[in-house]
Amino acid sequence: MAALRSTSRLVASSKPLFRPAIFARGYATVDSVAQDPNPSQTPRMKTFQVYRWNPDQPTEKPKMQSYALDLNKTGPMMLDALIRIKNEMDPTLTFRRSCREGICGSCAMNIDGVNTLACLCRIPTDTAKDSRIYPLPHTYVVKDLVPDLTQFYKQYKSIKPYLQRDTKTEDGLEYRQSPEDRKKLDGLYECILCACCSTSCPSYWWNSEEYLGPAILLQSYRWLADSRDEKTAERKHALDNSMSVYRCHTILNCSRTCPKGLNPARAIAEIKKMMAAH
Amino acid sequence: MISQKVAQQSLRRLAVQPPYAMRWSLMNSASPAAVAMGRFMQTRQTSTSKTSDPTKLLAQQRLNRPVSPHLSIYRPQITWIGSSFHRITGFALSGALYLYATAYLVSPLLGLHLESASIAAAFATLPIAAKVILKSTMALPFTFHCMNGVRHLVWDLGKGITNQQVIKSGWAVVGLSVLSALALAFL
Repeated sequence: MAALRSTSRLVASSKPLFRPAIFARGYATVDSVAQDPNPSQTPRMKTFQVYRWNPDQPTEKPKMQSYALDLNKTGPMMLDALIRIKNEMDPTLTFRRSCREGICGSCAMNIDGVNTLACLCRIPTDTAKDSRIYPLPHTYVVKDLVPDLTQFYKQYKSIKPYLQRDTKTEDGLEYRQSPEDRKKLDGLYECILCACCSTSCPSYWWNSEEYLGPAILLQSYRWLADSRDEKTAERKHALDNSMSVYRCHTILNCSRTCPKGLNPARAIAEIKKMMAAH
Repeated sequence: MISQKVAQQSLRRLAVQPPYAMRWSLMNSASPAAVAMGRFMQTRQTSTSKTSDPTKLLAQQRLNRPVSPHLSIYRPQITWIGSSFHRITGFALSGALYLYATAYLVSPLLGLHLESASIAAAFATLPIAAKVILKSTMALPFTFHCMNGVRHLVWDLGKGITNQQVIKSGWAVVGLSVLSALALAFL
């Protein structure tokens, strides 16, 4: 109790005496009075239907809850709408978000029937139609829009997503790669593992225990295609069974939904070609 | 500059804490001189958690968690709707073939007449509308499954797999299979 450290922000903030109210910072919200750009405009009310489930009441069934927002006072993206709902209407609404610019992959969810990142998804301006927001399909729900991705991350770990080499380079410096070989990694290394593609894949819905799914297979191909990696044969051997790769039936929802514009289906096709030549 | 800051901090700490805690606090916290000379190392207790099997925990948690909706909420797109029809038509075609072939095999035993001549004669007695409907419902699964199968073979070569190509070829297959099914129906 006595050993209060000034470095601990948690303790410091619990002492309002030494944190004058001037420094208190509220939530960043759009102030309707001060910042309304078009005060004369008629409000454009749009209804957002959001999937709700609370683990504290596990017996209650998941339900859809409606929130109406004025689009004139809301940012352009779905994430802006969600943050505004959380800040101004319902602080119990739970979702993941971090970077708000499509590089962290936290805010992956199913918006109007398609998996995407809320921060990269514009709010449809058609106010007559409700927007429906669900968590990523066929995932265990932790709360509201937060899915349990433990299995997804375990599968990522299982493909050994790192450079494996036994030999050193001649000069002992970095492992070099020709521009052509480096080019093979374009369209692969950009994947942020948001799980949009894997959870859009019906095959992954039914077989997520054993089938790796498009995101992990794209990552797998990223290491298979890397000219510096020396364990290509072992990597291929690990995939050589009926479930890991071959539950892909080229449905192609993955490439259709990828918010980063990547093509997991093509990566999987390349893996299948490599396996055939194996 | 730094030592000045540290001095300020410890002064503030002295001000915050009641006298009985002061000695204890001083013992544990850094003296400004020690910090300035780099002889002070800040220690912090880490919180540890019991290492239990995470897979077991996951299974436990899953008992309570709902599975988020999937088929019912995903937007109908040519990709997965086309794929499901490919599957359904595949089942229907092979199922029909197996059924007919088995029936043909056992027909002498059961006294059925499933020879081509008697089936053609039975079909000829149907009205024209029934003929066209029956023929097109037989032809459409066949034409769709054939053409979509070609698409799958092309994809397995790693070609024609970009979004635009997939959407175009998907609708092309839908249109061509309907047209060719109608053509077969009016033969």
